[in-house]
Amino acid sequence: MLCIDAQPSIIEVPAQQDIRMRVVDALEAMSMAKSDAEIINEIVEGYGKDRSRMMDIIRAVHARLGYLPEEGLRVIPKALGVHRVEVSDMASFYAFFSRKAKGKNIVRLCNALVERMKGADEVARAFESAAGVPFGETSPDGSVTLEYTACIGLSDQAPSALINGVPVTNLTPADAAKIVEALRKGESPSNLSQAGVVLNLRKAGPVIFASMDRGMAIRKAVNMAPAEVINEMNKARLRGRGGAGFPTAMKWDFCRKSPGNAHYIVCNGDEGEPGTFKDRVILTEQPDLVFEGMTVAGYAIGADEGLFYLRGEYEYLLPALEQVLARRRRLGLLGESICGREGFNFDIRIQMGAGAYICGEESALIESLEGKRGAPRDRPPFPVQKGYKDEPTSVNNVETLCCAARIIEMGAEWFTKMGTKDSTGTKLLSVSGDCEGPGVYEVEYGITVDQFLDMTGARNVQAVQIGGPSGQCLAPKDFGRRISFEDQPTGGSVIVIGDGRDLLWCMSQFVEFFVEESCGWCAPCRVGTTVLKKIVEKVLEGHATRSDIEQLEQVGIAVKTMSRCGLGQTAANPILTTMRNFPEMYESRIKPDAFIPRIDFSKALWEGAAAAGRTDELEGRHV
Amino acid sequence: MSEKTVTIIIDGKDVPATASQTVMQAADAAGMYIPRLCYVKDLPPGGHCRVCTVKVNGRPQNACTFPVSEGLVIENDTEELKALRRAIIEMLFVEGNHYCPTCEASGNCELQAMGYRLALLAPQLPYFNMRRELDASHKDVYVDRNRCILCGRCVRASRHVDGKNVFGFEGRGIHKRIAVDAEHSLSETTLAATDAAAKKCPTGCIVIKRTGWQVPVGRRTYDHVPIGSDIERKETGASV
Repeated sequence: MLCIDAQPSIIEVPAQQDIRMRVVDALEAMSMAKSDAEIINEIVEGYGKDRSRMMDIIRAVHARLGYLPEEGLRVIPKALGVHRVEVSDMASFYAFFSRKAKGKNIVRLCNALVERMKGADEVARAFESAAGVPFGETSPDGSVTLEYTACIGLSDQAPSALINGVPVTNLTPADAAKIVEALRKGESPSNLSQAGVVLNLRKAGPVIFASMDRGMAIRKAVNMAPAEVINEMNKARLRGRGGAGFPTAMKWDFCRKSPGNAHYIVCNGDEGEPGTFKDRVILTEQPDLVFEGMTVAGYAIGADEGLFYLRGEYEYLLPALEQVLARRRRLGLLGESICGREGFNFDIRIQMGAGAYICGEESALIESLEGKRGAPRDRPPFPVQKGYKDEPTSVNNVETLCCAARIIEMGAEWFTKMGTKDSTGTKLLSVSGDCEGPGVYEVEYGITVDQFLDMTGARNVQAVQIGGPSGQCLAPKDFGRRISFEDQPTGGSVIVIGDGRDLLWCMSQFVEFFVEESCGWCAPCRVGTTVLKKIVEKVLEGHATRSDIEQLEQVGIAVKTMSRCGLGQTAANPILTTMRNFPEMYESRIKPDAFIPRIDFSKALWEGAAAAGRTDELEGRHV
Repeated sequence: MSEKTVTIIIDGKDVPATASQTVMQAADAAGMYIPRLCYVKDLPPGGHCRVCTVKVNGRPQNACTFPVSEGLVIENDTEELKALRRAIIEMLFVEGNHYCPTCEASGNCELQAMGYRLALLAPQLPYFNMRRELDASHKDVYVDRNRCILCGRCVRASRHVDGKNVFGFEGRGIHKRIAVDAEHSLSETTLAATDAAAKKCPTGCIVIKRTGWQVPVGRRTYDHVPIGSDIERKETGASV
């Protein structure tokens, strides 16, 4: 058990020492060590007792104590002037927060579809056997806690895990034993030979990955009127890269014109869609371009503050990003009167997330930024009207803001020469699964699925999941479709599923993902995702009849139509799109019976009889 | 100063509304019932149950939060929406552990009444059969989470009417639950049986002790009239 407070490692001294010495040492250690309450109080004070910084406060408590102890739920509400239930509400929402003490090291093994395709199950068994406990538990010596996590943005180097936040990649079962042994010896995960991320930037294009002249876009922008900057986006016909494709100029214009005490630009760096890892590569290779885009956007909408929401899984990128921000402040690209423009004061704060896919949804992201559970809001009002702290806020994708900076730097005309009429510029695609070249590709909009698959060395493809679980599952008949807003839009995730894979099992992994990630606010998504999972399991087990398939479709439509936000509205897509594109997959699995009950009565009777010690009464009887 | 009025169209009928109203409020005032569970008129809307989903100019939106504007075309009482709403009610029945025959809220329960109104037969979806906590620690009120539909009325009532924050949410997804503002149980909170939070529960989850059987079965709110009749009655002017 992890216990920072009493410092057991200090108290426990070698047995041969005099017992009185031990007592003295222990007393000394305890008087010197701060209590949990003192530590937590200091943290809350450090954030100025600001309720809206509750994410940071709880994160800091975890960093110091390993978990949120009961003491935290006494101290934090009191110090912030809120109710205990508000703190527990927020803290209980995020996967990376815990009310229970955990091991000294936390291994978070990714069990997303691609990871399981690449052998994550075997790696998991090896971790369990090395740690001596199943996933979800802490080893008896307190050295390791094993947990599963959803996609951590490393599907191109799967199986992968985060150990105390440090990414370890391309894992094999043999690695697991070595890792646990090293952790037990007290080695830092950063020193593991498996630690590290491969860039896998397979194709660098002219928009995102071309070299940049730091500050150029800002210098050009501040010599234009904000409305002209927005007009340039309009001329470039820039649309949001997160998947929905909303015109950027329109969003900025709405935001700029909305009355408020302050305006905010928020960069959505919460890429959680399984199979998406393009933002990780951008943030590694071109962080300056992202902040350049945020600054240009800030100028255009009239913001003094930009917030970058970085998903908790990418915490290892934080130190480098903070350095980039510090350098930009030194260069006068952030701060007061940026690039000599009187009155343009702008800075950027990075807000860390804590493990919640839903926070990629813009209104949930804003709630999270305000230090609350990441529950989406009802619209209207839209974030451009009432967003962060109820002020006009523009939330943009990382890639979109990079494009925006380039458009100012190179001109709208340059941008519109790439792509198609309604989809100008390039798109980053992150590909994983059954292909030779997993990684990130910057391609022009308009490329067909077939052409792209060729580029990645994918052969014998059964299906392609475009846009992640919330996207579409395409069959070969659709591989002529073009990646574009007018034909086949995508946020960037491309998962290749080869021949020989059980496609329905693959889809069941996506269904399960939505069960885990539904925020629970609205009934159709909270309940419907689990109902879908139960019916799909019945189909996979071979107990389904036509009525089950019909029910599956009806529930899918209800979840899609009635849910509150984009998560629920797309959660049934793995089912609904394969029903359309792979009907035979369902047909081939159903039994001709009119109805098969969920309960196997015969099995249940035997179990009951066994429990009562009366199986002999059933012998020879057909039940 | 009189507020600006607009006209919206609900199921083909012109409905007058004031500009600050939601679709739900305008429909209620006009005596047109939009089924709902988490919405209750003296609390801010929560948007949890989605039963009040209507089609606004063809797009599904929840009536309890959607603001009116001139010329909105609303579909409400359609077979499609009725089936979708019924699907949600069915989901809520299998999510919780609802045993109407032994529940003291039976007859007053809005979930049960909505099931009848939308003609839900026995649920066909798989039951979750999840173990849920019961908190009977408080001297006057108990919370039986088996019957909770996470409508959040108690949370909003406690915050906005009682000013107490006795109730909140905890957890996420299917593990989301009603929590109380205490380390252990309801008895440690400031809840009083007279609080709005203790009286707004649409089901038998939050119940005031020793009152359950005061009104016998047969004389309860929905024993003779379907849920929503009070609103529809306004339109016809009929009295009971």
